[in-house]
Amino acid sequence: MIARLTDGLPPRALALLAAFAAVMAAAPFFASDYVLSVLIISLYFAFVGQAWNLMLGFAGQLSLGHALFVGIGAYTSAALFTHFGVSPWVGVVAAVALSTLMGCVIGYLGFRFSIRGVYFALLTIAFAEFTGIMVDNNAWLGGSAGLFLPVKNAGSIDLLNLRGPPVLFYYMILILTGAALLLCRLLLNSKLGLYWQAIRDDQEAAEAAGVPLFRYKMIAVAISSALTGVAGVWYAFYYNNLFPESTFATGRSIELILGTVVGGVGTLFGPILGALILTPLGELLTELTSGLQIDGIKTFFWGFCVVAIVLFRPSGVWPWLAGLLKLDRSTGGDGR
Amino acid sequence: MLEVDGIDVFYGDAQALDGVSITIEPGAIVAIVGANGAGKTSLIRTIAGMQKPAGGHIRYKGTEIAGWPTYKVCDLGIGQVAEGRQIFPSMTVTENLETGAMLPRARAGKAHNLDHVYQMFPRLAERRTQDAGTLSGGEQQMLAIGRCLMGSPELIMFDEPSLGLAPALVHDVLQAIVDLNREGITCVLVEQNVAVSLKLARHAYVLENGRVTLSGSGEALLSDDRVRQAYLGL
Repeated sequence: MIARLTDGLPPRALALLAAFAAVMAAAPFFASDYVLSVLIISLYFAFVGQAWNLMLGFAGQLSLGHALFVGIGAYTSAALFTHFGVSPWVGVVAAVALSTLMGCVIGYLGFRFSIRGVYFALLTIAFAEFTGIMVDNNAWLGGSAGLFLPVKNAGSIDLLNLRGPPVLFYYMILILTGAALLLCRLLLNSKLGLYWQAIRDDQEAAEAAGVPLFRYKMIAVAISSALTGVAGVWYAFYYNNLFPESTFATGRSIELILGTVVGGVGTLFGPILGALILTPLGELLTELTSGLQIDGIKTFFWGFCVVAIVLFRPSGVWPWLAGLLKLDRSTGGDGR
Repeated sequence: MLEVDGIDVFYGDAQALDGVSITIEPGAIVAIVGANGAGKTSLIRTIAGMQKPAGGHIRYKGTEIAGWPTYKVCDLGIGQVAEGRQIFPSMTVTENLETGAMLPRARAGKAHNLDHVYQMFPRLAERRTQDAGTLSGGEQQMLAIGRCLMGSPELIMFDEPSLGLAPALVHDVLQAIVDLNREGITCVLVEQNVAVSLKLARHAYVLENGRVTLSGSGEALLSDDRVRQAYLGL
Protein backbone atom coordinates (compact mmCIF):
# COMPACT_ATOMS: atom_id res chain seq x y z
CA MET A 1 0.00 0.00 0.00
CA ILE A 2 2.90 2.34 0.81
CA ALA A 3 4.38 1.46 -2.56
CA ARG A 4 1.12 2.34 -4.26
CA LEU A 5 1.09 5.70 -2.51
CA THR A 6 4.60 6.69 -3.50
CA ASP A 7 4.81 4.94 -6.85
CA GLY A 8 5.69 7.38 -9.61
CA LEU A 9 6.38 10.30 -7.28
CA PRO A 10 9.82 11.80 -7.68
CA PRO A 11 11.89 11.91 -4.45
CA ARG A 12 11.81 15.70 -4.45
CA ALA A 13 8.02 15.65 -4.38
CA LEU A 14 8.08 13.37 -1.33
CA ALA A 15 10.70 15.57 0.33
CA LEU A 16 8.67 18.72 -0.31
CA LEU A 17 5.53 17.04 0.97
CA ALA A 18 7.32 15.89 4.13
CA ALA A 19 8.70 19.39 4.70
CA PHE A 20 5.25 20.88 4.19
CA ALA A 21 3.70 18.38 6.62
CA ALA A 22 6.41 19.15 9.20
CA VAL A 23 5.82 22.91 8.94
CA MET A 24 2.08 22.42 9.30
CA ALA A 25 2.54 20.09 12.27
CA ALA A 26 4.83 22.59 14.01
CA ALA A 27 2.71 25.65 13.18
CA PRO A 28 0.87 25.89 16.55
CA PHE A 29 4.26 26.29 18.31
CA PHE A 30 5.21 29.48 16.51
CA ALA A 31 2.00 30.84 15.00
CA SER A 32 -0.07 33.44 16.83
CA ASP A 33 -3.66 32.65 17.77
CA TYR A 34 -4.88 34.70 14.85
CA VAL A 35 -2.62 32.99 12.30
CA LEU A 36 -3.62 29.63 13.75
CA SER A 37 -7.32 30.45 13.32
CA VAL A 38 -6.69 31.38 9.69
CA LEU A 39 -4.81 28.12 9.16
CA ILE A 40 -7.68 26.20 10.75
CA ILE A 41 -10.20 27.68 8.33
CA SER A 42 -7.82 27.14 5.42
CA LEU A 43 -7.42 23.46 6.27
CA TYR A 44 -11.16 23.08 6.66
CA PHE A 45 -11.64 24.41 3.13
CA ALA A 46 -8.79 22.20 1.93
CA PHE A 47 -10.46 19.12 3.37
CA VAL A 48 -13.94 19.86 2.05
CA GLY A 49 -12.41 20.95 -1.26
CA GLN A 50 -10.68 17.60 -1.52
CA ALA A 51 -13.97 15.80 -0.90
CA TRP A 52 -15.76 17.92 -3.50
CA ASN A 53 -12.91 17.54 -5.97
CA LEU A 54 -13.31 13.77 -5.78
CA MET A 55 -16.72 14.19 -7.39
CA LEU A 56 -15.99 16.83 -10.02
CA GLY A 57 -12.24 16.59 -10.50
CA PHE A 58 -12.04 12.80 -10.55
CA ALA A 59 -15.47 11.58 -11.63
CA GLY A 60 -16.72 14.63 -13.55
CA GLN A 61 -19.91 15.19 -11.55
CA LEU A 62 -20.52 18.82 -10.63
CA SER A 63 -22.08 19.48 -7.23
CA LEU A 64 -22.96 23.04 -6.25
CA GLY A 65 -24.68 21.95 -3.06
CA HIS A 66 -21.90 20.48 -0.97
CA ALA A 67 -22.85 22.70 1.97
CA LEU A 68 -25.74 20.24 2.29
CA PHE A 69 -23.43 17.44 3.42
CA VAL A 70 -21.54 19.74 5.77
CA GLY A 71 -24.89 20.79 7.23
CA ILE A 72 -26.22 17.27 7.64
CA GLY A 73 -23.00 16.15 9.32
CA ALA A 74 -22.94 19.21 11.55
CA TYR A 75 -26.59 19.16 12.59
CA THR A 76 -26.70 15.39 13.13
CA SER A 77 -23.71 15.28 15.46
CA ALA A 78 -24.60 18.56 17.19
CA ALA A 79 -28.21 17.54 17.84
CA LEU A 80 -27.16 14.15 19.21
CA PHE A 81 -24.64 15.86 21.46
CA THR A 82 -26.84 18.66 22.80
CA HIS A 83 -30.01 16.61 23.24
CA PHE A 84 -28.65 13.22 24.29
CA GLY A 85 -25.05 13.87 25.22
CA VAL A 86 -23.86 11.50 22.51
CA SER A 87 -20.10 11.79 22.00
CA PRO A 88 -19.11 13.19 18.59
CA TRP A 89 -17.05 10.04 18.06
CA VAL A 90 -20.32 8.14 17.98
CA GLY A 91 -22.21 11.01 16.40
CA VAL A 92 -19.84 11.03 13.45
CA VAL A 93 -21.04 7.55 12.50
CA ALA A 94 -24.65 8.73 12.34
CA ALA A 95 -23.58 11.95 10.62
CA VAL A 96 -21.65 10.13 7.92
CA ALA A 97 -24.45 7.62 7.47
CA LEU A 98 -27.01 10.38 6.97
CA SER A 99 -24.92 12.54 4.65
CA THR A 100 -23.96 9.50 2.58
CA LEU A 101 -27.59 8.49 2.38
CA MET A 102 -28.50 11.97 1.19
CA GLY A 103 -25.66 11.85 -1.35
CA CYS A 104 -26.94 8.51 -2.62
CA VAL A 105 -30.50 9.81 -2.95
CA ILE A 106 -29.31 12.76 -5.04
CA GLY A 107 -26.99 10.52 -7.02
CA TYR A 108 -29.74 7.98 -7.65
CA LEU A 109 -32.17 10.61 -8.89
CA GLY A 110 -29.55 12.28 -11.04
CA PHE A 111 -27.87 9.25 -12.55
CA ARG A 112 -30.87 6.97 -12.90
CA PHE A 113 -32.77 9.60 -14.81
CA SER A 114 -29.74 10.79 -16.76
CA ILE A 115 -29.70 14.30 -15.33
CA ARG A 116 -26.31 15.56 -16.37
CA GLY A 117 -23.95 18.48 -15.99
CA VAL A 118 -25.59 21.76 -15.10
CA TYR A 119 -28.93 20.07 -14.41
CA PHE A 120 -27.31 17.72 -11.94
CA ALA A 121 -25.69 20.73 -10.27
CA LEU A 122 -29.12 22.36 -10.01
CA LEU A 123 -30.43 19.21 -8.35
CA THR A 124 -27.70 19.43 -5.71
CA ILE A 125 -28.53 23.10 -5.10
CA ALA A 126 -32.22 22.28 -4.76
CA PHE A 127 -31.56 19.60 -2.14
CA ALA A 128 -29.29 21.93 -0.15
CA GLU A 129 -31.84 24.73 -0.23
CA PHE A 130 -34.83 22.70 0.80
CA THR A 131 -32.93 20.89 3.54
CA GLY A 132 -31.95 24.34 4.81
CA ILE A 133 -35.60 25.39 4.85
CA MET A 134 -36.59 22.20 6.67
CA VAL A 135 -33.97 22.78 9.35
CA ASP A 136 -35.02 26.41 9.55
CA ASN A 137 -38.50 25.27 10.54
CA ASN A 138 -37.49 22.50 12.89
CA ALA A 139 -37.58 23.52 16.54
CA TRP A 140 -35.67 20.43 17.69
CA LEU A 141 -32.73 21.55 15.53
CA GLY A 142 -32.99 25.08 16.86
CA GLY A 143 -34.79 26.48 13.85
CA SER A 144 -33.67 29.81 12.53
CA ALA A 145 -32.53 30.82 16.04
CA GLY A 146 -29.69 28.36 15.68
CA LEU A 147 -28.34 25.31 17.46
CA PHE A 148 -25.73 25.93 20.14
CA LEU A 149 -23.31 23.45 21.63
CA PRO A 150 -22.62 23.77 25.35
CA VAL A 151 -19.14 25.11 25.98
CA LYS A 152 -17.72 23.43 29.09
CA ASN A 153 -14.51 24.11 31.03
CA ALA A 154 -12.94 26.32 28.43
CA GLY A 155 -9.21 25.78 28.26
CA SER A 156 -9.01 22.12 29.17
CA ILE A 157 -9.12 19.42 26.54
CA ASP A 158 -11.99 16.92 26.66
CA LEU A 159 -11.12 14.63 23.77
CA LEU A 160 -14.16 12.41 24.25
CA ASN A 161 -16.58 15.28 23.72
CA LEU A 162 -14.31 17.36 21.49
CA ARG A 163 -14.30 20.32 23.82
CA GLY A 164 -11.07 22.24 23.86
CA PRO A 165 -8.92 25.08 22.55
CA PRO A 166 -8.41 25.82 18.84
CA VAL A 167 -5.15 23.89 18.74
CA LEU A 168 -7.12 20.65 19.25
CA PHE A 169 -9.24 21.46 16.21
CA TYR A 170 -6.16 22.49 14.29
CA TYR A 171 -4.58 19.08 14.67
CA MET A 172 -7.85 17.31 13.96
CA ILE A 173 -8.41 19.09 10.69
CA LEU A 174 -4.73 18.72 9.79
CA ILE A 175 -4.97 14.96 10.27
CA LEU A 176 -8.24 14.84 8.33
CA THR A 177 -6.75 16.83 5.45
CA GLY A 178 -3.68 14.61 5.36
CA ALA A 179 -5.80 11.47 5.48
CA ALA A 180 -8.05 12.75 2.68
CA LEU A 181 -4.99 13.46 0.54
CA LEU A 182 -3.70 9.92 1.05
CA LEU A 183 -7.14 8.41 0.48
CA CYS A 184 -7.63 10.34 -2.77
CA ARG A 185 -4.19 9.35 -4.00
CA LEU A 186 -4.98 5.69 -3.30
CA LEU A 187 -8.38 5.91 -4.95
CA LEU A 188 -7.03 7.72 -7.99
CA ASN A 189 -4.44 5.02 -8.56
CA SER A 190 -6.98 2.21 -8.29
CA LYS A 191 -9.57 0.78 -10.63
CA LEU A 192 -12.03 3.30 -9.17
CA GLY A 193 -9.81 6.20 -10.16
CA LEU A 194 -9.29 4.84 -13.65
CA TYR A 195 -13.03 4.43 -14.19
CA TRP A 196 -13.81 7.83 -12.68
CA GLN A 197 -11.37 9.60 -14.97
CA ALA A 198 -12.74 7.71 -17.94
CA ILE A 199 -16.27 8.89 -17.05
CA ARG A 200 -14.98 12.44 -16.54
CA ASP A 201 -13.15 12.49 -19.88
CA ASP A 202 -15.93 11.02 -21.99
CA GLN A 203 -18.97 9.38 -20.49
CA GLU A 204 -20.15 7.81 -23.75
CA ALA A 205 -16.73 6.32 -24.46
CA ALA A 206 -16.53 5.03 -20.90
CA GLU A 207 -19.88 3.31 -21.29
CA ALA A 208 -18.79 1.79 -24.61
CA ALA A 209 -15.60 0.52 -22.96
CA GLY A 210 -17.65 -1.37 -20.39
CA VAL A 211 -17.60 1.00 -17.42
CA PRO A 212 -20.73 0.53 -15.27
CA LEU A 213 -21.53 4.27 -15.22
CA PHE A 214 -24.25 4.27 -12.61
CA ARG A 215 -22.34 2.23 -10.07
CA TYR A 216 -19.11 4.21 -10.31
CA LYS A 217 -20.79 7.60 -10.25
CA MET A 218 -22.73 6.50 -7.17
CA ILE A 219 -19.52 5.43 -5.45
CA ALA A 220 -18.00 8.85 -6.16
CA VAL A 221 -21.00 10.68 -4.69
CA ALA A 222 -21.09 8.35 -1.69
CA ILE A 223 -17.42 8.82 -0.79
CA SER A 224 -17.57 12.56 -1.42
CA SER A 225 -20.67 13.09 0.71
CA ALA A 226 -19.32 10.84 3.48
CA LEU A 227 -16.08 12.82 3.72
CA THR A 228 -17.97 16.10 3.64
CA GLY A 229 -20.21 14.80 6.43
CA VAL A 230 -17.10 14.24 8.56
CA ALA A 231 -16.11 17.84 7.87
CA GLY A 232 -19.55 18.88 9.10
CA VAL A 233 -19.01 17.20 12.47
CA TRP A 234 -15.71 18.98 12.87
CA TYR A 235 -17.35 22.26 11.81
CA ALA A 236 -20.12 21.96 14.42
CA PHE A 237 -17.74 21.25 17.29
CA TYR A 238 -15.28 23.93 16.26
CA TYR A 239 -17.80 26.74 15.84
CA ASN A 240 -20.24 25.58 18.55
CA ASN A 241 -23.14 27.24 16.79
CA LEU A 242 -25.11 26.38 13.68
CA PHE A 243 -27.55 28.50 11.72
CA PRO A 244 -29.49 26.96 8.84
CA GLU A 245 -29.23 30.07 6.74
CA SER A 246 -25.46 30.27 6.85
CA THR A 247 -24.90 26.50 6.83
CA PHE A 248 -26.95 25.37 3.83
CA ALA A 249 -26.88 28.50 1.66
CA THR A 250 -25.68 28.11 -1.93
CA GLY A 251 -23.12 30.81 -1.19
CA ARG A 252 -21.61 28.41 1.32
CA SER A 253 -21.39 25.68 -1.28
CA ILE A 254 -19.62 28.06 -3.64
CA GLU A 255 -17.22 29.12 -0.89
CA LEU A 256 -16.33 25.48 -0.27
CA ILE A 257 -15.24 24.92 -3.86
CA LEU A 258 -13.45 28.18 -4.65
CA GLY A 259 -10.14 27.06 -3.16
CA THR A 260 -10.15 23.94 -5.29
CA VAL A 261 -11.06 25.88 -8.43
CA VAL A 262 -8.12 28.22 -7.78
CA GLY A 263 -5.76 25.39 -6.79
CA GLY A 264 -6.69 23.10 -9.65
CA VAL A 265 -9.74 20.92 -10.17
CA GLY A 266 -8.83 17.28 -10.65
CA THR A 267 -5.43 17.61 -8.99
CA LEU A 268 -4.55 16.03 -5.66
CA PHE A 269 -2.74 18.99 -4.14
CA GLY A 270 -4.86 21.72 -5.74
CA PRO A 271 -7.53 21.81 -3.01
CA ILE A 272 -4.89 22.23 -0.30
CA LEU A 273 -2.88 24.85 -2.17
CA GLY A 274 -5.97 26.75 -3.24
CA ALA A 275 -7.39 26.89 0.28
CA LEU A 276 -4.05 28.01 1.67
CA ILE A 277 -3.90 30.81 -0.91
CA LEU A 278 -7.48 31.99 -0.92
CA THR A 279 -8.45 31.90 2.77
CA PRO A 280 -5.47 33.86 4.12
CA LEU A 281 -5.76 36.39 1.29
CA GLY A 282 -9.44 36.84 2.04
CA GLU A 283 -8.72 37.29 5.73
CA LEU A 284 -5.90 39.70 5.02
CA LEU A 285 -8.14 41.79 2.83
CA THR A 286 -10.86 41.88 5.47
CA GLU A 287 -8.21 42.97 7.97
CA LEU A 288 -6.78 45.67 5.73
CA THR A 289 -10.15 47.14 4.88
CA SER A 290 -11.71 46.74 8.33
CA GLY A 291 -11.50 50.51 8.86
CA LEU A 292 -13.39 51.17 5.65
CA GLN A 293 -16.40 49.03 6.58
CA ILE A 294 -16.96 47.69 3.07
CA ASP A 295 -19.60 45.00 3.14
CA GLY A 296 -18.89 41.91 1.11
CA ILE A 297 -15.32 42.86 0.25
CA LYS A 298 -14.16 39.28 0.79
CA THR A 299 -16.77 37.90 -1.61
CA PHE A 300 -15.85 40.54 -4.14
CA PHE A 301 -12.19 39.63 -3.81
CA TRP A 302 -12.93 35.92 -4.21
CA GLY A 303 -14.91 36.66 -7.33
CA PHE A 304 -11.96 38.62 -8.64
CA CYS A 305 -9.61 35.70 -7.88
CA VAL A 306 -11.78 33.23 -9.75
CA VAL A 307 -11.97 35.49 -12.79
CA ALA A 308 -8.20 35.94 -12.70
CA ILE A 309 -7.66 32.18 -12.44
CA VAL A 310 -10.08 31.39 -15.24
CA LEU A 311 -8.33 33.97 -17.43
CA PHE A 312 -4.70 33.21 -16.67
CA ARG A 313 -4.43 29.71 -15.20
CA PRO A 314 -7.62 27.90 -16.25
CA SER A 315 -6.37 24.55 -14.97
CA GLY A 316 -5.47 26.06 -11.59
CA VAL A 317 -2.37 27.22 -9.74
CA TRP A 318 -1.12 23.78 -8.74
CA PRO A 319 -0.40 22.33 -12.23
CA TRP A 320 1.58 25.48 -12.96
CA LEU A 321 3.45 25.40 -9.66
CA ALA A 322 4.10 21.67 -10.02
CA GLY A 323 5.64 22.45 -13.39
CA LEU A 324 7.84 25.15 -11.86
CA LEU A 325 8.96 22.77 -9.12
CA LYS A 326 9.48 20.09 -11.77
CA LEU A 327 6.98 17.75 -10.11
CA ASP A 328 4.73 17.22 -13.10
CA ARG A 329 4.34 14.05 -15.03
CA SER A 330 6.45 15.01 -18.03
CA THR A 331 9.50 15.05 -15.76
CA GLY A 332 8.78 11.59 -14.46
CA GLY A 333 6.65 12.42 -11.45
CA ASP A 334 2.95 12.74 -10.98
CA GLY A 335 1.98 16.29 -10.20
CA ARG A 336 -1.66 15.42 -9.89
CA MET B 1 -23.00 -16.23 -33.06
CA LEU B 2 -25.01 -13.03 -32.89
CA GLU B 3 -28.58 -12.94 -33.99
CA VAL B 4 -30.57 -9.73 -34.18
CA ASP B 5 -34.21 -10.56 -34.67
CA GLY B 6 -36.72 -7.89 -35.61
CA ILE B 7 -35.62 -5.06 -33.36
CA ASP B 8 -37.42 -1.73 -33.22
CA VAL B 9 -35.73 1.35 -31.82
CA PHE B 10 -37.32 4.73 -31.23
CA TYR B 11 -35.88 8.12 -30.32
CA GLY B 12 -38.98 9.75 -28.92
CA ASP B 13 -41.47 9.52 -31.79
CA ALA B 14 -38.90 8.95 -34.49
CA GLN B 15 -38.28 5.35 -35.42
CA ALA B 16 -34.61 4.63 -36.02
CA LEU B 17 -34.83 0.89 -36.57
CA ASP B 18 -37.86 -0.94 -37.91
CA GLY B 19 -37.80 -4.71 -37.53
CA VAL B 20 -34.13 -5.10 -38.30
CA SER B 21 -32.81 -8.65 -38.41
CA ILE B 22 -29.23 -9.62 -39.07
CA THR B 23 -27.19 -12.73 -38.41
CA ILE B 24 -23.48 -12.74 -37.74
CA GLU B 25 -21.59 -15.98 -38.24
CA PRO B 26 -18.54 -16.66 -36.07
CA GLY B 27 -15.26 -15.64 -37.71
CA ALA B 28 -16.89 -13.45 -40.36
CA ILE B 29 -16.51 -9.83 -41.31
CA VAL B 30 -20.01 -8.47 -41.74
CA ALA B 31 -20.50 -5.08 -43.36
CA ILE B 32 -23.43 -2.78 -42.65
CA VAL B 33 -23.96 -0.31 -45.46
CA GLY B 34 -26.32 2.62 -45.66
CA ALA B 35 -26.69 6.36 -46.01
CA ASN B 36 -26.39 8.80 -43.13
CA GLY B 37 -29.29 8.37 -40.78
CA ALA B 38 -30.16 4.91 -42.10
CA GLY B 39 -29.74 3.44 -38.61
CA LYS B 40 -26.26 1.90 -38.73
CA THR B 41 -25.04 3.53 -35.52
CA SER B 42 -28.38 2.87 -33.83
CA LEU B 43 -28.01 -0.81 -34.66
CA ILE B 44 -24.54 -0.99 -33.11
CA ARG B 45 -25.59 0.99 -30.06
CA THR B 46 -28.60 -1.26 -29.55
CA ILE B 47 -26.54 -4.45 -29.75
CA ALA B 48 -24.04 -2.88 -27.32
CA GLY B 49 -26.79 -2.09 -24.84
CA MET B 50 -26.43 1.68 -25.08
CA GLN B 51 -29.88 1.97 -26.61
CA LYS B 52 -32.87 -0.08 -25.46
CA PRO B 53 -34.92 -1.68 -28.23
CA ALA B 54 -38.70 -1.26 -28.03
CA GLY B 55 -39.16 -4.74 -29.43
CA GLY B 56 -37.37 -7.72 -30.91
CA HIS B 57 -34.62 -10.04 -29.74
CA ILE B 58 -30.86 -9.99 -29.65
CA ARG B 59 -29.26 -13.35 -29.00
CA TYR B 60 -25.58 -13.93 -28.46
CA LYS B 61 -24.60 -17.60 -28.51
CA GLY B 62 -28.16 -18.38 -27.61
CA THR B 63 -28.42 -15.91 -24.68
CA GLU B 64 -31.02 -13.18 -24.93
CA ILE B 65 -29.16 -9.90 -24.35
CA ALA B 66 -31.65 -7.27 -25.53
CA GLY B 67 -31.84 -4.56 -22.88
CA TRP B 68 -28.73 -5.66 -21.02
CA PRO B 69 -26.51 -2.88 -19.68
CA THR B 70 -23.42 -2.18 -21.78
CA TYR B 71 -20.86 -3.41 -19.25
CA LYS B 72 -22.53 -6.82 -19.15
CA VAL B 73 -22.63 -7.02 -22.94
CA CYS B 74 -18.91 -6.09 -23.01
CA ASP B 75 -18.18 -8.81 -20.49
CA LEU B 76 -19.77 -11.39 -22.79
CA GLY B 77 -17.08 -10.56 -25.33
CA ILE B 78 -18.88 -8.04 -27.54
CA GLY B 79 -16.63 -5.02 -27.92
CA GLN B 80 -17.12 -1.88 -29.93
CA VAL B 81 -14.98 0.80 -31.43
CA ALA B 82 -17.37 3.71 -31.45
CA GLU B 83 -17.55 6.46 -34.01
CA GLY B 84 -15.27 9.46 -33.59
CA ARG B 85 -12.24 7.99 -31.79
CA GLN B 86 -13.64 8.06 -28.32
CA ILE B 87 -10.52 8.00 -26.19
CA PHE B 88 -9.93 9.53 -22.76
CA PRO B 89 -7.81 12.58 -23.60
CA SER B 90 -6.44 13.40 -20.14
CA MET B 91 -5.33 9.86 -19.40
CA THR B 92 -2.12 8.32 -20.66
CA VAL B 93 -2.06 5.75 -23.45
CA THR B 94 -1.43 2.96 -20.93
CA GLU B 95 -4.23 4.16 -18.65
CA ASN B 96 -6.59 4.25 -21.62
CA LEU B 97 -5.70 0.66 -22.42
CA GLU B 98 -5.99 -0.45 -18.79
CA THR B 99 -9.52 0.96 -18.65
CA GLY B 100 -10.49 -1.58 -21.29
CA ALA B 101 -9.00 -4.44 -19.28
CA MET B 102 -11.10 -4.02 -16.13
CA LEU B 103 -13.89 -6.32 -17.32
CA PRO B 104 -14.02 -9.52 -15.30
CA ARG B 105 -13.42 -11.58 -18.45
CA ALA B 106 -10.27 -9.63 -19.33
CA ARG B 107 -8.45 -9.27 -16.01
CA ALA B 108 -6.45 -12.47 -16.26
CA GLY B 109 -5.25 -11.74 -19.78
CA LYS B 110 -4.32 -8.10 -19.12
CA ALA B 111 -0.52 -8.40 -19.43
CA HIS B 112 -0.78 -10.59 -22.50
CA ASN B 113 -3.31 -8.31 -24.18
CA LEU B 114 -1.20 -5.23 -23.45
CA ASP B 115 1.83 -6.83 -25.10
CA HIS B 116 -0.30 -7.83 -28.03
CA VAL B 117 -1.70 -4.32 -28.52
CA TYR B 118 1.75 -2.72 -28.30
CA GLN B 119 3.05 -5.28 -30.78
CA MET B 120 0.23 -4.57 -33.16
CA PHE B 121 0.52 -0.78 -32.80
CA PRO B 122 4.19 0.06 -32.06
CA ARG B 123 3.32 3.77 -32.22
CA LEU B 124 1.23 3.36 -29.10
CA ALA B 125 4.10 1.62 -27.31
CA GLU B 126 6.36 4.58 -28.11
CA ARG B 127 3.80 6.95 -26.62
CA ARG B 128 2.65 4.89 -23.65
CA THR B 129 3.17 7.60 -21.02
CA GLN B 130 1.82 10.40 -23.20
CA ASP B 131 -1.65 11.87 -22.63
CA ALA B 132 -4.00 10.36 -25.20
CA GLY B 133 -5.28 13.82 -26.13
CA THR B 134 -1.89 14.65 -27.63
CA LEU B 135 -1.98 11.75 -30.11
CA SER B 136 -2.71 12.23 -33.81
CA GLY B 137 -6.07 11.19 -35.22
CA GLY B 138 -4.72 7.91 -36.56
CA GLU B 139 -3.00 7.09 -33.28
CA GLN B 140 -6.19 7.82 -31.38
CA GLN B 141 -8.09 5.41 -33.60
CA MET B 142 -5.45 2.75 -32.95
CA LEU B 143 -5.78 3.47 -29.24
CA ALA B 144 -9.56 3.05 -29.45
CA ILE B 145 -9.09 -0.30 -31.19
CA GLY B 146 -6.39 -1.27 -28.69
CA ARG B 147 -8.61 -0.43 -25.74
CA CYS B 148 -11.32 -2.62 -27.19
CA LEU B 149 -8.84 -5.51 -27.59
CA MET B 150 -7.85 -5.18 -23.92
CA GLY B 151 -11.31 -6.54 -23.11
CA SER B 152 -10.55 -9.87 -24.87
CA PRO B 153 -13.51 -9.53 -27.25
CA GLU B 154 -14.77 -12.31 -29.51
CA LEU B 155 -16.77 -9.87 -31.61
CA ILE B 156 -15.90 -6.25 -32.36
CA MET B 157 -18.28 -3.72 -33.88
CA PHE B 158 -16.45 -0.94 -35.73
CA ASP B 159 -18.41 2.24 -36.35
CA GLU B 160 -16.81 4.32 -39.13
CA PRO B 161 -13.26 3.44 -38.08
CA SER B 162 -11.66 5.33 -40.97
CA LEU B 163 -13.74 8.49 -40.70
CA GLY B 164 -11.61 11.62 -40.98
CA LEU B 165 -8.31 9.77 -41.37
CA ALA B 166 -5.65 10.40 -44.02
CA PRO B 167 -5.80 7.85 -46.88
CA ALA B 168 -2.61 6.08 -45.77
CA LEU B 169 -4.04 5.64 -42.28
CA VAL B 170 -7.36 4.41 -43.63
CA HIS B 171 -5.44 1.54 -45.15
CA ASP B 172 -3.64 0.83 -41.84
CA VAL B 173 -6.85 0.76 -39.87
CA LEU B 174 -8.64 -1.51 -42.34
CA GLN B 175 -5.57 -3.77 -42.44
CA ALA B 176 -5.68 -3.98 -38.65
CA ILE B 177 -9.31 -5.12 -38.86
CA VAL B 178 -8.42 -7.80 -41.41
CA ASP B 179 -5.54 -8.97 -39.19
CA LEU B 180 -7.79 -9.19 -36.15
CA ASN B 181 -10.30 -11.17 -38.15
CA ARG B 182 -7.54 -13.60 -39.16
CA GLU B 183 -6.80 -14.09 -35.47
CA GLY B 184 -10.35 -15.29 -35.09
CA ILE B 185 -12.20 -12.16 -33.99
CA THR B 186 -15.59 -11.72 -35.61
CA CYS B 187 -16.02 -8.20 -37.00
CA VAL B 188 -19.01 -6.01 -37.74
CA LEU B 189 -17.95 -3.15 -39.94
CA VAL B 190 -19.84 0.06 -40.57
CA GLU B 191 -17.82 1.99 -43.11
CA GLN B 192 -18.41 5.04 -45.27
CA ASN B 193 -16.02 3.47 -47.74
CA VAL B 194 -18.62 1.10 -49.15
CA ALA B 195 -16.52 -0.42 -51.93
CA VAL B 196 -13.72 -1.44 -49.57
CA SER B 197 -15.99 -2.72 -46.82
CA LEU B 198 -17.95 -4.88 -49.27
CA LYS B 199 -14.68 -6.30 -50.59
CA LEU B 200 -13.61 -7.25 -47.09
CA ALA B 201 -16.97 -8.58 -45.96
CA ARG B 202 -18.14 -12.15 -46.17
CA HIS B 203 -21.69 -10.95 -45.73
CA ALA B 204 -23.29 -7.52 -45.91
CA TYR B 205 -26.54 -5.79 -45.12
CA VAL B 206 -27.92 -2.61 -46.64
CA LEU B 207 -29.91 -0.40 -44.27
CA GLU B 208 -32.35 2.19 -45.57
CA ASN B 209 -34.54 4.30 -43.31
CA GLY B 210 -34.19 1.86 -40.45
CA ARG B 211 -34.95 -1.26 -42.49
CA VAL B 212 -32.77 -3.95 -44.03
CA THR B 213 -33.49 -3.64 -47.75
CA LEU B 214 -30.79 -5.89 -49.16
CA SER B 215 -28.44 -8.53 -47.92
CA GLY B 216 -26.05 -11.03 -49.38
CA SER B 217 -22.39 -11.79 -49.77
CA GLY B 218 -20.06 -8.82 -50.15
CA GLU B 219 -19.30 -9.80 -53.72
CA ALA B 220 -22.94 -10.15 -54.67
CA LEU B 221 -23.76 -6.70 -53.32
CA LEU B 222 -20.75 -5.18 -55.06
CA SER B 223 -22.20 -6.25 -58.37
CA ASP B 224 -25.77 -5.37 -57.48
CA ASP B 225 -27.01 -2.51 -59.64
CA ARG B 226 -28.91 -0.77 -56.86
CA VAL B 227 -25.88 -0.78 -54.58
CA ARG B 228 -23.61 0.37 -57.38
CA GLN B 229 -25.91 3.27 -58.13
CA ALA B 230 -26.74 4.37 -54.63
CA TYR B 231 -23.46 3.82 -52.79
CA LEU B 232 -20.70 3.47 -55.32
CA GLY B 233 -21.82 6.18 -57.72
CA LEU B 234 -21.37 3.92 -60.72
